[in-house]
Amino acid sequence: MSARGSLWQRIVGGLIGTLSLAALGGVSVSASAAPPPDFVEAIDVPWDAGGVLIVSWRVDGDPSAITGWLIERREEIDGAKWVTVSELPAAAREVTATKLSHDHAHRIRVTAFGESGQLSKGLETAPTLAHANFFIGAKLPLFVGILVVSTCVIVFILSARAGRPIKIRRIAALDAVDNAVGRATEMGRPILFIAGIQDMDNISTVAGITVLGHVAKTAAEYDATIEVPTSRSLVMEAARETVQASYLSAGRSDSYNPDLIRYITDEQFGFVAYVSGRMVREKPAACFYMGCFFAESLILSETGNSIGAIQIAGTAESTQLPFFVAACDYTLIGEEFFAASSYLSREPDQMGSLKGQDAAKLITAAAIVIGVVLATLASLAPDGAFPAALTWFKGVLGS
Amino acid sequence: MKRMIPMWIAIVAGFAMLFSAFFPVTESLGEIFGDMFNVVAAIAFILGAGSLAKINLAKVSRRDPGWGYAAVTLACFALTLAAGLGKIGAAPNPKFAALAWSGDERAEGALFGWIYESALVPITSTMFALLAFYVASAAFRAFRAKNIDAILLLSTAFIVLLGRTFAGVVLTGWFPDWASGLRLENFSVYIMQVFNTAGNRAIIIGIALGVAATSLRILLGVDRSWMGTGGSK
Repeated sequence: MSARGSLWQRIVGGLIGTLSLAALGGVSVSASAAPPPDFVEAIDVPWDAGGVLIVSWRVDGDPSAITGWLIERREEIDGAKWVTVSELPAAAREVTATKLSHDHAHRIRVTAFGESGQLSKGLETAPTLAHANFFIGAKLPLFVGILVVSTCVIVFILSARAGRPIKIRRIAALDAVDNAVGRATEMGRPILFIAGIQDMDNISTVAGITVLGHVAKTAAEYDATIEVPTSRSLVMEAARETVQASYLSAGRSDSYNPDLIRYITDEQFGFVAYVSGRMVREKPAACFYMGCFFAESLILSETGNSIGAIQIAGTAESTQLPFFVAACDYTLIGEEFFAASSYLSREPDQMGSLKGQDAAKLITAAAIVIGVVLATLASLAPDGAFPAALTWFKGVLGS
Repeated sequence: MKRMIPMWIAIVAGFAMLFSAFFPVTESLGEIFGDMFNVVAAIAFILGAGSLAKINLAKVSRRDPGWGYAAVTLACFALTLAAGLGKIGAAPNPKFAALAWSGDERAEGALFGWIYESALVPITSTMFALLAFYVASAAFRAFRAKNIDAILLLSTAFIVLLGRTFAGVVLTGWFPDWASGLRLENFSVYIMQVFNTAGNRAIIIGIALGVAATSLRILLGVDRSWMGTGGSK
């Protein structure tokens, strides 16, 4: 009722404004009112997550009298009110209504604005349900991509299980893990491991924790002290479980000290202040930064550099990689970071998954080369078949 | 059993989250697991706060070196906790004026908000400001012309640096139009848009594939080192 009331207010306001102008200034006012739309239709978007209708309309009258459109929606339930979807310029003939309920149909009303805010008679669509489909069609290329990557990984895991030798290139940063832990042992100083500043729902943190398992096992075997300050409570719990299990598997469960894996604060720079201070006071011989880092990456790694620690970093944050490369001894760049756990375990299943990852990369590279060749040919011969082929290829990739 | 249950929770939750991105039917399932994560994280926060209190209390009671800092940490922790939970100084929400704790703890006049604005924000800003000096020292070390690679890096950085300042315009602004691509402000844009973007995209593609493969390893139970076995089994 209130929405309708606001429409009446606009109509009355428009009339008063028009009459006032005419009376006060003697302005000539066009008498032509905005014509109402002659046809309105709402179509449910196919293969989507629901809640979206495409509304289109047509006007056969004089469009020059229209200054804009008011689009409203009303749910088909008792007591539902008209709610404004959007206000559009005069040239518009289509709009996408989003965030609609999946449970009930909606009516869409289209009303034209005339000069001075006059409103035409609104035209409503039939009740239309914006229902959710079984599959989101727009994500099909992504789904196929995931299937391809998954197939590559699974095929190579099975291949590795069947005994096929898997050769993986050496990753210097991971080969240096044992040396870093050994150095800390010889110097009698602790090892510092930072698993980023994000929670366990971040895949980089999970990857960091998997590397922590291997580092902690090596530290347990060497009888070195490993400290893990965390900025999330859940990461602290996960890290404690990981380190405890690593000490157990190394046969040194008596050396495990849960107090060395501690929660500091969720606050980014509060955490940095603690860790930097700790580094300067305790002077760890080896620092590992494995996880999701932001602005703190350089502060931590520069502090580590200033105390002469051997530093190994790994992150998926491409914006932080230059800082780690500049300040650390070794850096796991992007995919190397995610390969770390598999590389360190040296188990056939995991090595096979790495090989599968490489195969997926090869397919991606082939797609890039095909795209580049097609785009080049399309620009060289714009009248040939290449532009169409390029468009088709982009469609296949969903771009 | 201690390993199997977490692994199966991870597998079920992981696949539910994956499918919820593609199949709207499973969307609510993904939301449920997301909510469950938030509940677990909230409970873990109590453990985190407990750990913080325990470690610092032990430090104070043992009079370890630096125990004074631990005492300050505990005092600040207790004060902020009391100010936040008790909503000290926060005016009640006008809609529920009869309820003393209905106000916003960060509103003007609230002690918690005052601590946040007057202590935490300046301190964190100070830490962030240190970054400028660390950037300078890291750049000084990274740009030492020790070999061909370092010389290339230094030259590129120099061009980009000059191109983004007025110095670049002053130095090369007189270049004729046919050589405008060599003007430092244009050349630096070319470096960033072509070389930098190409390298960045290569890294991002590798990261995306790495994320997919790591997720798959965890979902299939191939990689269990996140549970702390130190290996995969």
